Amino acid sequence: MIRIANGQGFWGDSLEAPVEQVRRGPIDYLTLDYLAEITMSILQKQRSRDPRAGYARDFVEMIGRVLPDLVERGVRVVANAGGVNPAACRDAVLEIARKQGIEIKVATVAGDDILPRLDDFLARGVELKNMETGEPLSAIRERVQSANVYFGAFPVAEALDRGAQIVITGRVTDTGLALAPMIHEFDWQRDDWDRLAAGTIAGHTVECGAQCTGGNCQVDWETIPNMADIGYPIIEAEPDGTFCITKHAGTGGRVTVASVKEQLLYEMGDPREYITPDCVADFTSIHLERCGPDRVRFSGIRGREATPFYKVSVSYAAGYKAIGGLVYAWPDAYKKARAADRILRERLERIGLKFDAMRTEFVGANACQGIPSAEPSAEVAPELAEVMMRMGVRSNDRAAVERFTKELAPLALNGPPVVTGFGSGRPKVEEIVAYWPALIPKSEVVPEVKLAVNERQ
Amino acid sequence: MNVDVWLFKTFMAKRKLVEIAHARSGDKGDTSNVGIIARRPEYYPILVREVTAERVKEHFKGVCLGEVERFELPNLGALNFLLHEALDGGGTLALKADPQGKTYSSALLRMEIEMENGA
Repeated sequence: MIRIANGQGFWGDSLEAPVEQVRRGPIDYLTLDYLAEITMSILQKQRSRDPRAGYARDFVEMIGRVLPDLVERGVRVVANAGGVNPAACRDAVLEIARKQGIEIKVATVAGDDILPRLDDFLARGVELKNMETGEPLSAIRERVQSANVYFGAFPVAEALDRGAQIVITGRVTDTGLALAPMIHEFDWQRDDWDRLAAGTIAGHTVECGAQCTGGNCQVDWETIPNMADIGYPIIEAEPDGTFCITKHAGTGGRVTVASVKEQLLYEMGDPREYITPDCVADFTSIHLERCGPDRVRFSGIRGREATPFYKVSVSYAAGYKAIGGLVYAWPDAYKKARAADRILRERLERIGLKFDAMRTEFVGANACQGIPSAEPSAEVAPELAEVMMRMGVRSNDRAAVERFTKELAPLALNGPPVVTGFGSGRPKVEEIVAYWPALIPKSEVVPEVKLAVNERQ
Repeated sequence: MNVDVWLFKTFMAKRKLVEIAHARSGDKGDTSNVGIIARRPEYYPILVREVTAERVKEHFKGVCLGEVERFELPNLGALNFLLHEALDGGGTLALKADPQGKTYSSALLRMEIEMENGA
């Protein structure tokens, strides 16, 4: 049995979680997910300004904190912290190890960044059509900011086979980070579909960190103990593909069949067709059972042959947006907020501003869910203590969006009464980076695995 | 009133889905997925019977502008719904307060269903 811990569900997750995972109990592997679709374009911009940038700096700082523990306990780390510059991330880690007088093997998995090759692909008829709309990439080619293939677990497993204690990847699937140690340790083969599916489902369960250990859990949330010290998930994986999800003893949170089921359904499409580069996993084959306090056992998982494609994540500039709001107070807060919306729209029309999209929501009165049955009743609506009129606009014309941001605050003095919330000034104009999902034949891209060792001082 | 209707009215009651299910939702582009899970195994057939794709589409009227697909996971006592065109364009394009549909989980649990009295 091996223990694979997750210490980061997204870039921006707890800075303490990875450290706690290493120090609070036994683990063999620490996996960390830093990359969302949008992250890649931010990192690509950073790299274009500085060739030594373009990776998750939080990761390097974290390694600096725990490196002696990792070495002492023999914990190996797998992280997609490399972003669009895994080599620079590796060099930063090696530099920290050198300063601490620690010898360590660090591997990189790259080759996922296909931005420099896009025109070659298009010229050869690899269209990179949008998976949702069917449009060819040529429609937005000029506006592309990043393009990355999602690799699976096998290149990471290769890096582990070659002895790396830390594996830093570019765009590798979240599930692949956790599956790779199982492939490496148990010598699973590329056509062990059932076991690859089991490892993939284990990875899916822990990929959002504490979201399977009691975080964001709807069942008895008020009784979940010690949320301030919530434990992050650990996979206890067996060579036959069965595994348990648990957390370190003494930590807060709760692992139950219910908490795990919620995470299984998160970001789920067709449950029989969970497609990764490694296999197609069938979520309708999972058998769950409680097997102790804060411990759930998975068995029976089935999988099928992987598809011949990698998924590609392209990001591109898609205009500008700004979102701002004003808060109206009792009495008739909702009515005032609605009036403010009407007045503002009329003023924007008078000055001739046009937008591709415009949307008003009323926070405090059904902004989030938005469905008819969540609307406040005729009795409740006039009594609401406050309602925020929240308006957003989107356009390719930056000047129009900029002008919108200047029309909001005047309403504080020249609109409906009892209003606040303009203190933070005009809303910011944001550049929109949109996401374009596509497929590419696996034969077009090859993962590059490299190993580096620093010299002890 | 025929006997079937009388029996139904006598032994069935309107309940909110939140009493018998919990849920989690997420996003993929402009599509939101809402997974609902029976709080007890005996509630799963009620979910299958009551929470149809058509009813979910009606429940999310004005929010979900595309089709609703339903998938069954009897092994987990769960249903998964895909709500297409439900996120104002999705991701960074959306101007919504909840562009990832994170709150659609409990939005679905507001649905009123018919179930046996005392169940």
